[in-house]
Order: sequence, then structure tokens, then C-alpha cells
Amino acid sequence: MSTKTIEEKQYLLRFKCDTKSHLTVLDYEVCKTNCPDKLCTVFCPAEVYKWEGNRMQVGYEGCHECGSCRIGCPHQNIKWEYPKGGHGIVFRLA
Amino acid sequence: MPDKFDVIVVGAGPAGTSCAYVCAKNGLNVLLIERGEYPGSKNVMGGVLYRKQMEDLIPEFWKEAPLERPVVEQRFWMMDKESVVQFGYKGLEWGMEPYNNFTVLRAQFDQWFAQKAVEAGVLLINETVVTECLVENGKVVGVRTDRPDGDVFADVVVLADGVNSLLGKQLGFHNEFRPDEVALTVMEVINLPKEKINDRFNLHENQGCTIEIFGDSTKGNLGTAFLYTNKESLNIGVGTTLSSMIKAKLKPYDLLDYLKNHPMVKPYLEGGESAEYLAHLIPEGGYHSVPKVAGNGVVVIGDAAQLVNAIHREGSNMAMASGKMAAEAIIAAKAAGNFSESSLNRYREALYDSFIIKDLEKYKDAAHTFEKHPQYFNEYVPMLNRAASKFFTVDGTPKRVKQKEIMRSITKEKGTIKVMQDMYRAWKAVK
Repeated sequence: MSTKTIEEKQYLLRFKCDTKSHLTVLDYEVCKTNCPDKLCTVFCPAEVYKWEGNRMQVGYEGCHECGSCRIGCPHQNIKWEYPKGGHGIVFRLA
Repeated sequence: MPDKFDVIVVGAGPAGTSCAYVCAKNGLNVLLIERGEYPGSKNVMGGVLYRKQMEDLIPEFWKEAPLERPVVEQRFWMMDKESVVQFGYKGLEWGMEPYNNFTVLRAQFDQWFAQKAVEAGVLLINETVVTECLVENGKVVGVRTDRPDGDVFADVVVLADGVNSLLGKQLGFHNEFRPDEVALTVMEVINLPKEKINDRFNLHENQGCTIEIFGDSTKGNLGTAFLYTNKESLNIGVGTTLSSMIKAKLKPYDLLDYLKNHPMVKPYLEGGESAEYLAHLIPEGGYHSVPKVAGNGVVVIGDAAQLVNAIHREGSNMAMASGKMAAEAIIAAKAAGNFSESSLNRYREALYDSFIIKDLEKYKDAAHTFEKHPQYFNEYVPMLNRAASKFFTVDGTPKRVKQKEIMRSITKEKGTIKVMQDMYRAWKAVK
């Protein structure tokens, strides 16, 4: 069947997760007080960023390592690195 | 492993592998560093690989490379909500040697290509991140990796580290990219039996079709969608500039599902099984965003140098060509024993003298024009659909009267001068 939700899409993927996040929110206060739109929760293609009421949750394990959050964060509030060598997403097809 | 090489290439995509391959063929000691589990495991592309630039590296590669289908038909759709205006070209000459382009699955193709480089003498190290370039006295002398004792040295370091090129940024070759300089694209690979694909796309065995879709495929935002045929799967994807995605508050996967369920698209996918979902950025800043590409002991190639022609969906071919040009400059630098910026600028000169920068220069204002004036996507595409519907509907109105009515409805909606301005602006941006 063809996927309908982001959860179903993410479920198709293989990840080799590191124990440490390669994505770091520099200042959680900025998300809370300076960023009403919380755009990263909208445009992130893997729904890595989720606003949990009063704190940004970063589900780095499902990251496609595209770089959108680093470039798109209006406050340059995300430190973005590559996961440790051999870790992170493993594309098998395209 | 020796700790000094002639060349270190960072990134085993089409650019890096091409460069490493040509350097090794010419007797240089090459280390190719890939951060993924295998080459291709981090790489994403809609799926069209052009024959020419690949053949310049490996003659008759189609006889052994893992390719999907040679593309014999390219269609272009101007899509509205419940209609589409189409044009395209199908030619059997594209289905035989030497071919024009192929659909490929990158995780497979990149592994094969990297293996060719290894056979040519390249040392490939996977699962290794280059965390920074090592710089001494204003010259790049090597790289630091995330392995223990991970410093490695070389006469030249080649940055083929992809669209995000953190290494180019570290060297100050480019600033952080703006959201209007990159396109966020998501796609799915959907498995479908070969017979179904052949029937739906009107293809024979070993014939492929590509469809580029403009207009409602991006809900009128600056971007495109695509539908490509593999052997037993389809690649369907959609992307817009990150800035458009942000402005319209679009979730990329919602946009993809909107496309998959679009009445013009859905019948092609019916019964298919999703196999993979992928997101990636495409460097679409064009000519104005190309960073410094040569420095002391360092060159930048492929996506890292923003070498993508978004209008013609060319990228991997430019990556390969730039990798080859960089290799030729490195070989000459080695012969002269001079790895300074002025020596490696031979690469820059070759690049700027080639189709790559010439094509980027041709379209240097296109992205900016279409970003600033979204009416081409959200007004003219629907208008074109309405005009086609009116013109081809037989209702007893004489054709000349229909033509007049269509022209009048367009100018009435926008004003004659506005339409003329829009047409002139678009022509100027792509001429």
C-alpha cells in the first residue's frame, strides 16, 4: 500500500542510530519565547522537531540529514552536525 | 594506511567519485572518504542520470552499470486542480546506443561507481565523517576525521561534501545558504509490477518515461514535481524552495501526499506499494550562489559548489563533469609540483569555460524572478488550463470567437500591460 502519513513513511526507512544527537537546540528559551511559528515543526520532512507544550523535542533518530532546519531556523538556533560515521539514515534505494 | 596522500576526496557521490576515479587512473594516490555505511546510503536524486558526462569517464558504462530504464519519453505537465496541459517528446533514438539519459536508483548506482574507482586504485574508507579541513599557513594540508587518530594529509583536498558543504563554510568559501538558495525535496519509491508500468506509461521493455509537473503539484509554489519510471518501481517527488515551503507553511510530506492523491497523478500509482521515503536539499541558488571553488590545496566540486541547473533538472552530470575537471587540474598541479590557488585555478577556469557555468549564467536571474513573481505557477498555469479547456470544448462557438474570448479573459483578469510585463520578465529570465 502507498503511505498516507509521515509515520508510515518513516517506518519504511532504515536508521543506524547513534546514542548522541547530532542536532542541538542552542537555546530552548528562544523556541519558547521568540519563535511563535516554530517553523521547524512544519517544514522538517521527518517531523524531527515537535513542540511539546513548553519545550522543543528533537527526535534526531528519524533525521534525513537534509540540512533544512539549520538553514530554515529563523533564529539560527540549531547546531547541525553529521551523525558519527556510519550512523544515521541508510538509504537503500533512490 | 599511509597518513599522506596525493589527493583526499571528501564524499563518494557522483562528483567525488568521478574526481577520485580520474586521479587514480592517472597514477595519483587517492583516499576517498564517505560518511555513510556505503556510497549512496546518504545520497538522493530524483533519478535521471545523463549519459554524456558519465560516458566521458567510463565508456559504454550502460553495459555494466546498475541502471533502471533508458528514458525514451520526457513529458511536461502544466497541472491545475482537475486538469492538465501536456507536452513532451518521445523518440526511439533515445532507446538505443548511445542513449540520452537513464533512470537510476542512487544507492545502487553510487556503490557500483565507487567500486569502479576502487578498481582504478582509489582507497575508499566508509563510515567516516570529515569534521574539518586542516589548514596550515593559509593552505589546506589535510582533513580531520571522526576516527581515533583521524588526521590524514594530502597535497590537495577535494570537497565533494554535498549541498550542505560544512567544510566549504569552515574555509569561508561560502556563507550559510539562505532558504531561497535551496530546494527541499521529498520523494517516495513506489513498487509496481513491470507490466503495470509499461501499460500505464505506454512503454515497452527497457523504455522509460519521465514527467515533470508544474503548477498545482506544488500548490502554486516555486518548485516542481516529478514522476519517473524505474524497472519495477516509480519515483514520485516534489520540492519547492525552502523559503516557499516556509512562507506557505507547507509540510513537505503533506505536499507529497497531495500530489500522490491528485486526480491527474493517482491513476499512475494505483495499487503501488511504498518502498522508501527520502528527503534532501537541492542547491538551487544558481550562478550567484557558486562559492569560491579553488584555494591553496583545495577545490570544491558538485553540489558543494552549488552546480545544479534546476530549470533543466541537471545536477549529477554537472557533478561528474566538475569532478573530472578538478582531477585534470590536480594532475597538472602534481606535474608542476604546485598546489597553490593560482595553480588549482586551472579548475576554476575550466569550469567557467564549460557548459556548467555557462548554463548557470544563462539562468542566473530565473530563480529570483520566479520566487519574487509566483504568478507564473499560481496564475498562468490555471489560466493555460482554462484556455485549453475552452479551446478544445466543442460547443458550436466558431474558433475565431473562442480565440478572442480566451485572449480577452486573460487580459481582463490581469490587464494587458501586466500580462505583457509578465511575459517579458519571464523571457528575460530564461533567454
